[in-house]
Amino acid sequence: MSPSLAPELAGRVTRPSGPLVIDIAGVTKLYKMGEEIIHALRGVSVQIHRNEYLAIMGPSGSGKSTLMNMLGCLDTPTAGRYEFNGKNVATMVDDELADIRNREIGFVFQTFNLLPRSTALANVELPLIYAGYSPSERRERAIHTLENVGLGSRLHHKPNELSGGQRQRVAIARALVNKPSIILADEPTGNLDSKTGVEIMALFEQLYAQGNTLIVVTHEEDIARHARRIVRLRDGLIESDGPVG
Amino acid sequence: MTRLVYELTESFRIAFAQIRANKLRSVLTALGVIIGIVAVTLMGTAIGGIDKGFTNSLAMLGDDVLYVEKWPWGGVEDWWNYANRPPIRPEDAEKLNRVIEQTPNSLLEVAVPVSSRGNSVKAGENKVSGVQTLGTTADYGRLITADFSEGRLFNETEAVGGRPVCVLGFDVAEAPFQGRSPLDETVMLAGHPFTVIGVVSKQGSFLGLFSFDNQAIIPLEAFRKYFSVRRGAQIRVKITDKNRVAEAREELIGAMRRVRAQLPGERDNFNVNEQGAFKAQLDPIKQGIALAGLFITGLSLFVGAIGIMNITFVSVKERTKEIGTRKALGARRRTILLQFLIEAVSICLIGGVAGLALTYGLVLAVGAAFPAMPVEFSISLVFVSMAVSIITGIVSGFAPAYGASRLDPVVALRYE
Repeated sequence: MSPSLAPELAGRVTRPSGPLVIDIAGVTKLYKMGEEIIHALRGVSVQIHRNEYLAIMGPSGSGKSTLMNMLGCLDTPTAGRYEFNGKNVATMVDDELADIRNREIGFVFQTFNLLPRSTALANVELPLIYAGYSPSERRERAIHTLENVGLGSRLHHKPNELSGGQRQRVAIARALVNKPSIILADEPTGNLDSKTGVEIMALFEQLYAQGNTLIVVTHEEDIARHARRIVRLRDGLIESDGPVG
Repeated sequence: MTRLVYELTESFRIAFAQIRANKLRSVLTALGVIIGIVAVTLMGTAIGGIDKGFTNSLAMLGDDVLYVEKWPWGGVEDWWNYANRPPIRPEDAEKLNRVIEQTPNSLLEVAVPVSSRGNSVKAGENKVSGVQTLGTTADYGRLITADFSEGRLFNETEAVGGRPVCVLGFDVAEAPFQGRSPLDETVMLAGHPFTVIGVVSKQGSFLGLFSFDNQAIIPLEAFRKYFSVRRGAQIRVKITDKNRVAEAREELIGAMRRVRAQLPGERDNFNVNEQGAFKAQLDPIKQGIALAGLFITGLSLFVGAIGIMNITFVSVKERTKEIGTRKALGARRRTILLQFLIEAVSICLIGGVAGLALTYGLVLAVGAAFPAMPVEFSISLVFVSMAVSIITGIVSGFAPAYGASRLDPVVALRYE
């Protein structure tokens, strides 16, 4: 048992046997909004292991987004410890964080965030360019990944030629293509109708079964219940952290 | 390193996709650069042309000829110190030649007297006014750089005998005879008949001030007979080694003082002029024109650069969310910086190439319409304008691109 975990929560956390990927302990985050100081996170500790399927829930203003930005290495904590695969992320500079994001984290956004003028294939290749893969390797891996999410026949379509569900599949392929340690999805079904949302969650289930580590940030209970573990936030603190059941 | 190459390739791809997607906007922005590049390169061709004109004109004077005259070239402020100098006499040239002969290892080769006045030349019914008539000796042939397109210069016998023969400048021969050969024809020089024995090939005008082709050359003795030499002459002295102009000039001053029998300590009562001194006077003027011209045209390029900067700021603002996405996917600061810099440079380069093409067309058109206009299009101009385009792109694109590269990914992703 990690001494950094809040004692009252420690017993309820499920611990898969996989190695530790994310180790956050006592993390706080302060924002200055004009004169006012906002405590977005007031001391959060979470451990996430390989091949976990985790949902982060909480109402708006709970610190959910801040925690997600922190987990995604888009932001660094004001205080506290954050280790990603044993590396101290809290003190990293911009470009080091960019490399971690490139290699270790796959982002899936609510609004898909695809490059509008690039084909599905070019969108999926983008992280591989930043990783320094050769054009032929990029192409091969991107095609393989798009086939894996069921878009093998849509390689050369641009986002405006694809349906919402297909766009999100392209985004998921883009998140997967660099074989990251975690997939971080922010309201992945928020811009989709419920039927397409179910399809996307089925795809997540498939990815989880293939051994990926998934973190889904959502405010929808239905979506969160697809995960195996739910972390609930309120007022910048962890309210509960336990298995779905 | 390979990663950088891939990123650069991607940046160029994105830049051209972006330019294609915003055609009108890109064209309008590039227009500013086009105008700037056209203005600067046209100025460059004009400066190159002026420079070439200067060089050509100075070459007409000859870089191995010194001019002994009453007045210095380029004018003086204390004119009263010069006005009372005795005029240069054609006889001074003969004396000078004797001094040169007596001097061992002289740097001076020969002194040639030249008297001149403006005359009209009449051939049949056709008349050419304002022709500069030069009276000189047969040694004149050793000075001039131009060739004869027809005929020859008068010989020693004709010169000494003051025969009524003349050599015409190209324009004087061309106009009244209209393509016919003027050789052996008779022309009236200020009412006196002269036989044409030669035509000098075309030389052009000196700084556009007076034409070397608008001349008639006659023997000095004939000049003395029909016109007056009292107004004085000019002595042109050819030197043996054009790399030792300064020494030759010193020797000539000494020789001329002997001819004039000037006492030691007395100031020279003549001037030795040379094209080098002329060049020294012209160079600052030339540089002034170049500097002022480039500054003024540079302003238009500056306006173009502001356009580029503005459009890059707009582009960054429009694509803030894309920047956030790229950063989330692992783009480093330099990746984003390069992407927008390359976009700005690409627009500038397109503008630069278009501007250069336009300049080339204009130079051809001007050259065809006004052959006398000194315009010069050169390869170095191509390289310079490409370099200027790239630098403009980098300078004007840097501030917005740097701002983009420093964006906080969290803020950029949230931007709508």
